[in-house]
Amino acid sequence: MLDRADAAALLLIAPTGGGKTLAGFLPTLVDLAEAPRDGLHTLYISPLKALAADIRRNLTTPVTEIGLPIRIEDRTGDTPASRKKRQRADPPHIMLTTPESLALLTSYEDAPRIFQGLKRVVVDEIHALADSKRGDQLMLALGRLQRLCPDLRRVGLSATVEDPAAIARQLARHPDPCDILMADPGPAPDIAMLTTAEPPPWSGGNAAYAIPAVLTAVKAHKTTLIFHNTRAQAEIFFHNLWLANDEGLPIGIHHGSLDRVQRERVEAAMVRGDLRAIVCTGSLDLGIDWGDVDLVIQIGAPKNVKRLVQRIGRANHRYNAPSKALLVPANRFEVVECHAALDAVRAGTLDGDPRGAGPRDVLCQHILITACAGPFDANALYDEVRTVGAYAGLSRAAFDACLDFCATGGYALRAYDQWQRLVQRPEDTWQLRDPRATRQIRMNIGTIQDTDTLKVRLRRSRGGKPLGEIEEGFAATLTPGDTFLIGGQIVRYEGLRDMTVEVSRNAAKKPKVATFLGTKFATSTQLSARVIEIFQQDDWSDLPGHTAEWLGLQRSRSQLPKPGRLLIESFPHDGREQTVFYGFAGRNGHQTLGLLLTKRMEEMGLDPLGFVATDYATLIWGLKRLQDPAPLFDLAALEDGMDTWLAGNAVMKRTFRASATIAGLIQRNTPSARKTGRQATFSSDILYDTLQKYDPNHLLLQITREEALRGLVDFGRIREMAERVAGRIDHLTLPRVSPLAAPMLLEMGRVPVKGAAEEKLLAEEAARLMETAGLAQITPPPSDKPKWRVGW
Amino acid sequence: MNCHNFSFCDAALKAMPSGALWWPAEELLCVSDLHLGKSERVARRSGQSLPPYETRDTLTRLGSDLDATNARKVICLGDSFDDLTAAQSLSEDERLWIARLQAGRHWIWIEGNHDPGPVEFAGEHLQQLTLQSLTFRHIAETCGQGEVSGHYHPKVRVATRGRLISRPAFLVDAARLILPAYGTYTGGLTSDAARLSQIMQPKALAILTGPRPTCVPMPR
Repeated sequence: MLDRADAAALLLIAPTGGGKTLAGFLPTLVDLAEAPRDGLHTLYISPLKALAADIRRNLTTPVTEIGLPIRIEDRTGDTPASRKKRQRADPPHIMLTTPESLALLTSYEDAPRIFQGLKRVVVDEIHALADSKRGDQLMLALGRLQRLCPDLRRVGLSATVEDPAAIARQLARHPDPCDILMADPGPAPDIAMLTTAEPPPWSGGNAAYAIPAVLTAVKAHKTTLIFHNTRAQAEIFFHNLWLANDEGLPIGIHHGSLDRVQRERVEAAMVRGDLRAIVCTGSLDLGIDWGDVDLVIQIGAPKNVKRLVQRIGRANHRYNAPSKALLVPANRFEVVECHAALDAVRAGTLDGDPRGAGPRDVLCQHILITACAGPFDANALYDEVRTVGAYAGLSRAAFDACLDFCATGGYALRAYDQWQRLVQRPEDTWQLRDPRATRQIRMNIGTIQDTDTLKVRLRRSRGGKPLGEIEEGFAATLTPGDTFLIGGQIVRYEGLRDMTVEVSRNAAKKPKVATFLGTKFATSTQLSARVIEIFQQDDWSDLPGHTAEWLGLQRSRSQLPKPGRLLIESFPHDGREQTVFYGFAGRNGHQTLGLLLTKRMEEMGLDPLGFVATDYATLIWGLKRLQDPAPLFDLAALEDGMDTWLAGNAVMKRTFRASATIAGLIQRNTPSARKTGRQATFSSDILYDTLQKYDPNHLLLQITREEALRGLVDFGRIREMAERVAGRIDHLTLPRVSPLAAPMLLEMGRVPVKGAAEEKLLAEEAARLMETAGLAQITPPPSDKPKWRVGW
Repeated sequence: MNCHNFSFCDAALKAMPSGALWWPAEELLCVSDLHLGKSERVARRSGQSLPPYETRDTLTRLGSDLDATNARKVICLGDSFDDLTAAQSLSEDERLWIARLQAGRHWIWIEGNHDPGPVEFAGEHLQQLTLQSLTFRHIAETCGQGEVSGHYHPKVRVATRGRLISRPAFLVDAARLILPAYGTYTGGLTSDAARLSQIMQPKALAILTGPRPTCVPMPR
């Protein structure tokens, strides 16, 4: 590390626990020890606030012991305003921060003074930032710093990744080279599937069957982390684990929806070694010191092999001991998935999709941040942006479109000349028209899309203790008296007061409503090929008996999907007609397939209500049964009117909402602003529909299409698939859900289809409500069939 | 067009899919809370530049409702403009557009809290108007009878089998009728809000807008 201290950019790849963070700071400590000086010397950036605080503690101890005159401070959203102010006036030698806090710092007018003399930047856990917009924002900020401090050296620290060169290209100033240092990967991890006497169920995600076996494993280890793919699953598992915890082992729960105080308490107890097990989600993935964790348990199939390996690498924090992990499939399909994932880990295959060009919504935000710091030269900014790898290919026209959007809104109808946000001064200098706009722009900094959440508290009469947060959409489905799980306890919904969900403790055995809505996990595209291979085996003696039996049952009741053919199963379930298309085309492929097929089903009057995509299949549900799948794949009909259909879909609207928020068209919904009612919020769906109608080429719609397509596949590939399977479709109509389809029914990430079916559902429910209220009346027979309309 | 027919204080009325109210016997179309010029006002006050197309969208929908009904009287039930400056800042195109819609019709602007006082458009400017058994005013009054108002932008949520449907809605009981907001950039207040539960009688109904306006007991 010291040998390469002068490299302009350096990427260090080492497994977790290899002491790479300290290595990243070594040149800084040497430099400051040899030539003490004032001012900011090194900036450290981590994806998590908790990690920044943790590194500060770990670094301060040796520095103080040696007696080095080095000031080390963190600066994140949790730092008190008074300290932040002081840090701006008198920056520490080493500042530890996050991409968002750094972006905020660069937006101040005195940024050149704050960063004066900055020598090094260390980006920790860069693999966790690399494939997200947070990474793009960070690299744009580094471009800015590099212009302020031309001799800036960049160091990236990463866990094992599939394509180190791609991360290196992101890290270095374009087109500078970036050296890559690979550390010894250490011993291979010890991963196994947990075997239990009790067979896992056909479907479901809570792995209740495995509770006794998990407890036994916990007892046999010092500290165990029990990872879940979703918060809801973590809550349910923790609840069940607690009920079975006869010995009263100290066990905690940790996920992103819990109150910060509660999370910090669990983290502190873990660092002290007070806890034997922590039930958690990805929120515990990075950062805090894993100390004595000697076992990692993954409940549910690992949706992403790369993340699994990185997670497992953290157990047994010592460099030379193999990490130990147990996979606990929640149902029998997941047994097959876990089996495939273990194969992939042994083969050393990591998954990951290549990332495309830098997203332009992030660029729009960057332009606004730049404007906050003072007047800027458009040519210089364009050159600076192109030193960022992801934006190296950005055309001047594309840049100018973003600048125009920031300045005027970028509408074909030039309506805001008088009120535009940026104004052009002589030459190519731009500045904010109204300097007060800085406040709003700064509040909107960041690219993380939080779903709107509401705080949950005990009722005021019960002390008003904060418990955590739930998604607003979930809160909307609650009626007083409903019970749900949060922080491992069952609470009763009492009502909504001042944008806070008020609850009381409830002794109910079983929560009535057990799910948060939750977002879809990014899944792997490489497991599907392994899974379909397993399906083709004549017998499954390498799988647990119960799962072999389950696959046999699928083979006898229906069939198993075969390569080169398309299996389709239709069956009634839950009062609706369900159809599963087993395309094994990866999640993006199936998401696209869902969009295309629901369009055809709407046209054919099958009243589709929604769909959900996994790596392996698309499930569509609706009001009418699919009789003949062949016309669904009629190529001409698939493509006709596709643009209109796609434009009206929920996938596009969600994407628009995210991009419009990042680009600064709509304001981030901060709870404090909502509470005071001072923030004007607009339905992003209505803004989207309006733009579609009157300004279809608007920059934000272009960005929305670009961004949505990252999560979809080229229609060309679906066309190929349709051609390939023509005449090779196996359609089975079953009396009930098949073994293989059962897990699909509980998948997250459902996409609603808003067509004729919604009107029918509404009419049906309205009739029922009126009947119940004794107000039933003779309604006139329906006239013409309602037409599809974008926007409903 | 699919309308929901209902009678209110001896008047036979139709709730239209768009949220307009049609009174065939009087050849009267009533719309509330157009909030024309909203994007201009937002830009002026906060610097946020929303797509500046909501005025033409609102006017387009109003135009097609006028065509469909061939209304001779039109009541804009207040908050027709997002504020008085917004009314003055409409583009020349948009002013001509309004004039075109007004041609040959008896047009009444009822004042709202956003647009108190007359605006410089043709037509009558009134605080409220009584026509047969109905009184049209912007904000519901405590002891309203046969009162048609707007102001609250009511919307209603219905949990159907597996889907929560939320739409702007008319609220109606024996004494009052509250119209949904007609303007394109208008949010809404759900019917379970305390204020709406307070002013509407226990047996109130809600008529959801949409391709086929649908009547349910008002959720509260």
